[in-house]
Amino acid sequence: MDKTFNNRAWFLVLPVLVIVAFSAVIPLMTVVNYSVQDTFGNNQFFWAGTDWFTDILTSARFHDALIRNLIFSGIILAIEIPLGILVALAMPKKGVWVSVCLVLMALPLLIPWNVVGTIWQVFARTDIGLLGATVAGLGIDYNYVQDPLDAWITVVVMDVWHWTSLVALLCYAGLVSIPDAYYQAAKIDGASRLAVFRYIQLPKMGRVLLIAVLLRFMDSFMIYTEPFVVTGGGPGNSTTFLSIDLVKMAVGQFDLGPAAAMSLIYFLIILLLSWVFYTVMTNVGADKAPRTGGEA
Amino acid sequence: MSEATFDHTGSRAAPDARQAEHDRLPASGRSASAMRARERARNPRFKAKALIPILYILFLLLPIYWLVNMSFKTNQEILSGFSLIPAEPTLRNYQVIFGDPSWYMGYVNSIIYVVLNMVISVSVALPAAYAFSRYRFLGDKHLFFWLLTNRMAPPAVFALPFFQLYSAFGLIDTHIAVALAHCLFNVPLAVWILEGFMSGVPKEIDETAYIDGYSFPKFFFKIFMPLIASGIGVAAFFCFMFSWVELLIARTLTVTEAKPIAAIMTRTVSASGLDWGVLAAAGALTIVPGAIVIWFVRNYIAKGFALGRV
Repeated sequence: MDKTFNNRAWFLVLPVLVIVAFSAVIPLMTVVNYSVQDTFGNNQFFWAGTDWFTDILTSARFHDALIRNLIFSGIILAIEIPLGILVALAMPKKGVWVSVCLVLMALPLLIPWNVVGTIWQVFARTDIGLLGATVAGLGIDYNYVQDPLDAWITVVVMDVWHWTSLVALLCYAGLVSIPDAYYQAAKIDGASRLAVFRYIQLPKMGRVLLIAVLLRFMDSFMIYTEPFVVTGGGPGNSTTFLSIDLVKMAVGQFDLGPAAAMSLIYFLIILLLSWVFYTVMTNVGADKAPRTGGEA
Repeated sequence: MSEATFDHTGSRAAPDARQAEHDRLPASGRSASAMRARERARNPRFKAKALIPILYILFLLLPIYWLVNMSFKTNQEILSGFSLIPAEPTLRNYQVIFGDPSWYMGYVNSIIYVVLNMVISVSVALPAAYAFSRYRFLGDKHLFFWLLTNRMAPPAVFALPFFQLYSAFGLIDTHIAVALAHCLFNVPLAVWILEGFMSGVPKEIDETAYIDGYSFPKFFFKIFMPLIASGIGVAAFFCFMFSWVELLIARTLTVTEAKPIAAIMTRTVSASGLDWGVLAAAGALTIVPGAIVIWFVRNYIAKGFALGRV
């Protein structure tokens, strides 16, 4: 669509600007302020320069949390993306069952995040939880409170439970936009099921899949509430991801300087990822316009 | 198969069926459905395929079922035995919640700030989304990107500064504080979703209205908003949802008066850690609002999560 150039459009954007400035820019400036100062209490601050940043960037604690978080995001993507595609492919295309599937699948997405944590905390307990008791009943030594590996498995399965539907729903939206004629052509060509997937469905899902990957990566990169409720970051520090570590530092220990510096580093990583996301998103919009135009 | 269908496909498709399919001059609806019926008859995997969504949905429902199951049990039964359905179903847990203001006010608080946030987000996002979808202006792309970074910002980064900012304004423990804080991610979300819907409305409609002498506000409220009504609904739903599920910021900004139900639940876990039945009932009740509204937006869920871009 050709847009007219008109700077008065700024007036329409102004309310958003004011509100987001109040809830984003001012807090962020506070963070910047803390990140370059140190205090001995009593609200007396003095200049600390880039000390906190060097501290954080060289601290083993930050590295560990970052690596843990990257591994977590990697595992999450490796499970949720293929599973989501599989479910989307197997979903019915027409009829009442579509609505039933959509609604039931979306259910976990709408549960408050700490309730998700509570559900799994209870579900995985060996004494009163269905999952925990079943696993223990099979003779497997399972205890997510004490064993780091079990804690990881629990957190990963919980995230798969919580967010795979997002991938499935996005892929499904991509799949139903493929016109029937493509499948008919493939049938006439005698294409195998695999070829249909590889040459028709996968390319058509490509864009939504990219969005799904980016969304899942970012959200798992800033996960806080669910693992915090289930494991509290433990046992030890084994499930302490970046956000959990940050809140521990800022609110728990009240180390404002290091916490602020860590916030900014964290935010810069997110900013970089957002830029990738933005490029993808705007290209999706750009590609879509001529395509729908051609169909009309 | 009827003769008409036969003629239709026969006359055109026989020499170069592939070409015809590629042009997407469709085989008539009847022959397409016939084709599918034949495929179903021939394809024995059809049943096996249905197993995947069924198993997946079972996997999704099992933990929820366990929570609901627990909410109807007495604490003794929860701790002592192990039963798939409550042996002696009780409503006590729900009575505790609905009989105690410190519990049920949590739901009221949550709903107040969620609705406040929804109204603020959608009403400021509407004009902005219109500007982004219709005009180019100085810095528009940067601004759009900056909004997105706020949607992607980790709430953990903002928890402490929010607390200090709202303390300075004396807004701690008020509903409006949480509503404003949630604007951080919901306003960008609403702008992106609405922009996606608005870009689907042809610009000629605007131009025709202006030529017909409509002023901008009159055009916007009388003509444009009804056209994107579904978009407004979807944006409102997603604001509702993300404000409803968020806890970290809501908990940081509230003490007692505006405390959300989600935070009241965590307090009970750490303090007593005993009343599993009430905890389960409280959790089960938080699922209800989402489960009710989801039916209305089921076809737009993917679009909303992808920020209006599917």
